[in-house]
Amino acid sequence: MQLTRRNVLGLTAGAAAFAMAGGRFSPALASAEDAEKMVMDFTGGVTPGEGKVSLNTPEIAENGNTVPVSVTVESAMEGDDLVESVIIFADGNPNPAVATFHFTEMSGEALATTRIRLAKTQNVIAVAKMKDGSVFMDKKEVKVTIGGCGG
Amino acid sequence: MASKPRIKVPKSASAGEVITIKTLISHEMESGQRKDKDGNPIPRQIINKFTCTFEGQMVFECDLDPAVSANPYFEFNAKVPSSGTFKFTWLDDDGSVYEAEAPIEVK
Repeated sequence: MQLTRRNVLGLTAGAAAFAMAGGRFSPALASAEDAEKMVMDFTGGVTPGEGKVSLNTPEIAENGNTVPVSVTVESAMEGDDLVESVIIFADGNPNPAVATFHFTEMSGEALATTRIRLAKTQNVIAVAKMKDGSVFMDKKEVKVTIGGCGG
Repeated sequence: MASKPRIKVPKSASAGEVITIKTLISHEMESGQRKDKDGNPIPRQIINKFTCTFEGQMVFECDLDPAVSANPYFEFNAKVPSSGTFKFTWLDDDGSVYEAEAPIEVK
């Protein structure tokens, strides 16, 4: 097969799909299914509802090495209306887990901001677990110009 | 390997007020995904846990994975019931613990 631009692009896409099995390109990039599985592990099998959680990310990140991400959850942070933890996933990173925040009544508000690494354009997912057991989710796509994983 | 942490906590607040705290610590957060010049993987070394307590009570905690950027930065809120001291700790993969504290006065 001739190595035209089109072939190379096709091969790369194919190789990415096989990377998990063959490990030809390491690190293997996690698939969206992996992230979904991790969400389920975190929630204990409960499908997260919409709303309550809002994830703030830039639409386009020029540098995948530091992407500001902030998450807030609507809650009184008192009694049973308490956010216990919020987990952040990036479904296109070699390892989808990014960070887990734990809140208490002393937090006052369920709000956290940090900076994360994104390997490529992908979805960032935030899942919040409340004290009463309910779970909520928000998802945002971030376009990454320069990836932030390895070199 | 981490340098002195930087923390921003207001000097004073009114009782029960919710304040914003910002923290930053210099750390490479080596992800374990990178390779050196000879193609050998560089072992992972990150800060894996950050905690903030107020007079012994947990305020905010974070478990970090390698996807958190170098020089991990956090911004979060805290309720101030009385005068006291916020204590911050960062746990490194190599077992080191970095600590800092900041007092706050309730007027």
